[in-house]
Amino acid sequence: MNTPDTSAAAVSAAVAPASVSRRKMHFSPYVALFPAFAIVLLAYVVTVVWNIWISFTDSKVLPVNIFVGAKQYDRLFSTARWLLSLQNVVVFGVLFIAGCLILGFLLAVALDQKVRFENTFRTIFLYPFAMSFIVTGLVWQWIMNPTLGLQKVADSIGFTWFRFDWIVQSDLALYVIVLAGIWQSSGLVMAIMLAGLRGVDRELWKATRIDGVPSWRVYLHIVIPILRPTIITASVLLAIAVVRVYELVLATTGGGPGISTEVPGKFIMDYLFGRGNIGLATGASTVMFVTVVILVTPWLYYEYFREKPRGN
Amino acid sequence: MRKLMMALVGATALVAASVTGALAEGKKAEVLHWWTSGGEAAAVKELAKAFNAAGGEWVDTAIAGSGSTARPIGINRIIGGNPPTAMQFNTGTQMNELAQQGLLRPLDDLAKEQDWKSVLTPAFYQAIQFQGHIYGAPINDHGQNWVFYSKAVFTKAGVTEEPKTWDEMFAALDKIKAAGLIPVAVGGQPWQLQSMFNAILLGEGGKDLYAKVWKDLDTDAVKSDKFKHVAEVFAKLRNYQDPGSPNRDWNVATGMLVDGKAGIQFMGDWAKGEFIHAGLVADKDFGCILGPGESNFMMGGDIFVFPGLKDKTATDAQTLLATVIMSKEGQLAFNSKKGSVPVRLDVDTSKLDACAQKGLTALKDPSRQILAPDVLTAQDIVQTEQDLVAQYWTTPSMTTDQFAAQFAQVIEQAK
Repeated sequence: MNTPDTSAAAVSAAVAPASVSRRKMHFSPYVALFPAFAIVLLAYVVTVVWNIWISFTDSKVLPVNIFVGAKQYDRLFSTARWLLSLQNVVVFGVLFIAGCLILGFLLAVALDQKVRFENTFRTIFLYPFAMSFIVTGLVWQWIMNPTLGLQKVADSIGFTWFRFDWIVQSDLALYVIVLAGIWQSSGLVMAIMLAGLRGVDRELWKATRIDGVPSWRVYLHIVIPILRPTIITASVLLAIAVVRVYELVLATTGGGPGISTEVPGKFIMDYLFGRGNIGLATGASTVMFVTVVILVTPWLYYEYFREKPRGN
Repeated sequence: MRKLMMALVGATALVAASVTGALAEGKKAEVLHWWTSGGEAAAVKELAKAFNAAGGEWVDTAIAGSGSTARPIGINRIIGGNPPTAMQFNTGTQMNELAQQGLLRPLDDLAKEQDWKSVLTPAFYQAIQFQGHIYGAPINDHGQNWVFYSKAVFTKAGVTEEPKTWDEMFAALDKIKAAGLIPVAVGGQPWQLQSMFNAILLGEGGKDLYAKVWKDLDTDAVKSDKFKHVAEVFAKLRNYQDPGSPNRDWNVATGMLVDGKAGIQFMGDWAKGEFIHAGLVADKDFGCILGPGESNFMMGGDIFVFPGLKDKTATDAQTLLATVIMSKEGQLAFNSKKGSVPVRLDVDTSKLDACAQKGLTALKDPSRQILAPDVLTAQDIVQTEQDLVAQYWTTPSMTTDQFAAQFAQVIEQAK
């Protein structure tokens, strides 16, 4: 009854369209992604390569193709302002990321205690993040300005001993930017952390309570390790903000007093546009790019490539 | 950063395309400039009026911000093959690279025909040239080393005479401080600090030292005792500022003089626009000093350059615009609103204010005509020194020897 012929035909008939459609399905995402791919290639990869090339040329106002070797880098690393910028961005980055993580975590924990009006508080804490760095910077500039802000108010009501003028002191002004940055971004960290905390199994809490473990130890030894992916997400977002920090500095201190709060982003923008020194600016941005790649590569490897064989 | 740059370039190209799309024929001239504040816009309007009256059609492309915003946009458009008919630059070396790449139209014939050589200050005639060809039509002459003072504050503090030396100046500043007022209105932005430093370098250091530093880039001069003395005078002024000075805009600082809160301000003559806007009268409500020390006039200014174009009607429009810019009427109309003085020496300037008259008197003596650092030296060096001057100002622990050594180092690196 059942001849092998027909069954083979039936099988091939059943298989053929499926394999064709599978091949089609394999192909179509590439077609669909091609424009995005082309844009990424042109707008990102090509410009990065071009940027690196220009940093080895003698370009000033106009990009030119005169190769000068590492001259721009020589000059870059003997420019006081660039070295100071690097130092500033490291100090800013460490304090800003640590501050945001700690404050954001504490806020999230506080909100997780089943407080009343949680939504209201959440909105208030997250609100600064809705403001641009420019607005944040301007607000902090006014608050900290000794002739306009808090110090002036305190003076006028009699507290003449009150001093709050970090922004005009060249060795303290950077911390104003750190403060403003933390104020702006810790709300976001709080929101991310809160989502993470809500994901912690309630049974865990019950178990620790039965065992009589104090809450702070639960947070420290159980919750924080569980939150690891959340913390990494928040850190990456904050790290990106550190690398491109520019508007905040521009609006808060304008890089001053003097050049004490300059950052690499501002250095690149100033030399690229205002100062018409494309070679030096592209050199600086190449240094930033390479630094980020060096920092990110081991992490990417650790997060994705190393664990892949085990997953498969 | 890179993405931002690309976005900017792209946006510029879009703006450029839409702007010139509207340009078709006739003696239309699209003029790119960055004169957007009240007094500046009024001055531009005068120039546009003169151009239109001469048969042209002025198409205004004003870019808010400063030259450092507008200049790259214009340069991008020129490189991108979509240049404006004319574009503003500051007098000096800013145009050199464009000229070198053959992107600008030489104005040699026009200058010869209209005899620019005999009507311009020799220094300025030199400054509009690159490798022997003329590329710029100069419109104004801004004095950059003025010290403005509030007569009300001087009277309140008991300062009766205009200080002529730095000793007298410091005595006056002490009196103002004792009277409970702010002696110097400092705008703590690097460019303002540098312009303060340059004013002292020219006044107290004298024009020879100034020329050695900014024109010859002579590092021995930078390491000399006289230069260090200038640095000391500059540093001493730190004690006379108020705590709110960092990052203060120049016009806010001028406002402190207008309000009678501060005694003096170092600033270019564009500050006059603020005084006049507030209803103050030169030499009556506020005074102006070229100095103290040697009294020279540090000249800077604005020019228009004309990108090389193939279209005949467009080049005609350029010729007409350059002619209007260089006309006596155009110069006077523009400069009476701008606060600057005409670059043409044969313009009737009797109607300009008292401070302008003081400046013009100085300008009559060729030995007192000094070019600003921006005119003499590449932007690169000027602006790197600017960072250093700002750093020196805000770092009292930096000694004058360290400052001089680093100043010299910047010159050596950039040479």
